[in-house]
Amino acid sequence: MKGVRHYPGFLAITILCLVVLYAPLLVIMAYSFNGSTSITTWGGFSLHWYVDVFTGAEAARFGQAAWNSLTIAIIAATASTAIATAAAVAMIRGGTFRGKRATFALINMPLMVPEIVTAVATLIFFAMIGLTTGYLTILIAHITFCIPFAYLPIAARLQGIEGHYEQAARDLYASRWQAFRLILLPLMAPGVVSGYLLAFIISLDDFIITNFVKGAGMETLPTAIFGSVKQGIKPNIMAISTLMLVVSILFVTLSYLINRKGRRAP
Amino acid sequence: MSDAIDIRRVVKRYGTFTALHGVSLTIRDNEFFTLLGPSGCGKTTLLRMIAGFEDVTQGEILLFGQNIAGLEPDRRPVNTVFQNYALFPHMSVLDNVAFGLKMKGMAAETRRARAGKMLEMVHLSAFADRLPAQLSGGQQQRVALARALAPEPRVLLLDEPLSALDLKLRQAMRVELKQLQEDTGITFIFVTHDQEEALTMSDRIAVMSAGHVQQIGSAREIYEAPVNRFVADFIGETNLLEVDIVSVAAGTARVTLPGGHPLTCPSATDSLGKHALSIRPERLSLVAEGGDLDVTVERVVYLGTDLQLLTRLQGGMEMHVRIQNSARVTVPKVGDRVGLRIEEGAARLLAD
Repeated sequence: MKGVRHYPGFLAITILCLVVLYAPLLVIMAYSFNGSTSITTWGGFSLHWYVDVFTGAEAARFGQAAWNSLTIAIIAATASTAIATAAAVAMIRGGTFRGKRATFALINMPLMVPEIVTAVATLIFFAMIGLTTGYLTILIAHITFCIPFAYLPIAARLQGIEGHYEQAARDLYASRWQAFRLILLPLMAPGVVSGYLLAFIISLDDFIITNFVKGAGMETLPTAIFGSVKQGIKPNIMAISTLMLVVSILFVTLSYLINRKGRRAP
Repeated sequence: MSDAIDIRRVVKRYGTFTALHGVSLTIRDNEFFTLLGPSGCGKTTLLRMIAGFEDVTQGEILLFGQNIAGLEPDRRPVNTVFQNYALFPHMSVLDNVAFGLKMKGMAAETRRARAGKMLEMVHLSAFADRLPAQLSGGQQQRVALARALAPEPRVLLLDEPLSALDLKLRQAMRVELKQLQEDTGITFIFVTHDQEEALTMSDRIAVMSAGHVQQIGSAREIYEAPVNRFVADFIGETNLLEVDIVSVAAGTARVTLPGGHPLTCPSATDSLGKHALSIRPERLSLVAEGGDLDVTVERVVYLGTDLQLLTRLQGGMEMHVRIQNSARVTVPKVGDRVGLRIEEGAARLLAD
């Protein structure tokens, strides 16, 4: 058997994909260290724009937006992970019940629904029940759409754990809750952590839904960046983007490592 | 002797499939009791019902006189050794053994001391701080045993616990299990499909098939006095001959063997007509003349301690014979016509 390298056009297609995917990111990262105020001409290496992010004219605005993004991401990830864990235990350990397939579809549907549709629908829903848009509406929306992302790694992990462990615990005088807390939860922990990190990143990065339900005056980092870009791209945006990219990569890597470590142990 | 477990007309249904058809049996206190049968006979289902992992569809299960049918597993004074051990992978060996004691509310120091003693009993004191994954299969098996025995259950349930071990270890564990049962005085209920395991360890055995109990008795009773074809065939090796019952009287019957010789033998039935006669291969001996059956030798298999002869009756039925391998035995050659004598009382008529 020939390796995949020997297929005609392999190298060309690979390079094309890599360039389209990653060249813009590399350009942004490089130009975030640009010494000039232009976004197209290189003016030597400088940390000027990073300093500007934290001390410049827009520092307060971006600082508040970053704080909103961070707190929303933490609360949304925590809540959605708790709900997703409960859902996974019910789906995988709850035996067979009526409407199990339908429930599975309902849990994962948000992954399939176009985000713009969810955004419009959520906004209309909040308006109908008379909830003023703001921090709270962003939070509710984020908790909701983060659930399927948290659910996937948790359910995958739980599927790999044999039911015998909980039975052994029950047999050894543990109550249902004790069997869950002392045996099942530690065993599924890598999946739970992985789900949490994924939900955190999804919440931190979200733009479309947030932009619809945030209300006037309330900004998260993505909406603040978008607002800033509308008035022309300045190099400080590149610095912020680079910072966000680093945080994202850090979390995704962490999620991957934890999941892999969990899979290697029984 | 009091009864540890009284199973009364227990039925288990999964949808339209019936796993147990009204099983009744009594297990005495301090008994090593084995549920023996092929896979799918309902033995594991019955064990899981006693443990509390399966609901009872109908009937009742009494544990020392108390109906436990509705109790959760953590409310039953029984512990289980699982087939794949189910040791908690994230806890040390000592914590595994102490888990049941912790759940029962025993103080940390006392339970650690007791768990340590249990590990001593199974010769694993040196491994207390290891994780289960760092132990061999045989060691994990002992930890599972220590963990289940630590809370001093009234009844210990063992679900094919030796099936994952290799032959040598399995044989050693049989002796050890039996010894452990005698030392602790706890009632053991052992589930297995391995008849040799059942015969070597059990005080009594229930042979099960297709959701029914076929026979309950000691190893000797079940091997030497099987009540029906299933039991005779499942336990050990046997020759089943179709014979005509000529007359019956007080548990014995006179039959005509293929070849015309008459025989009087113990009988599990008192009706006349055609019935199956079970003869164990090792209860047959070779004789020059005056045999009960005349056969032709078709194959001689050397087994070390024994010789197995595959022979055929004139009518075409196969007869297996097992004779001890010793210098005094003249081994017949393939094609020889020989007589077979049935040991006194060794042939038995089956009910069906």
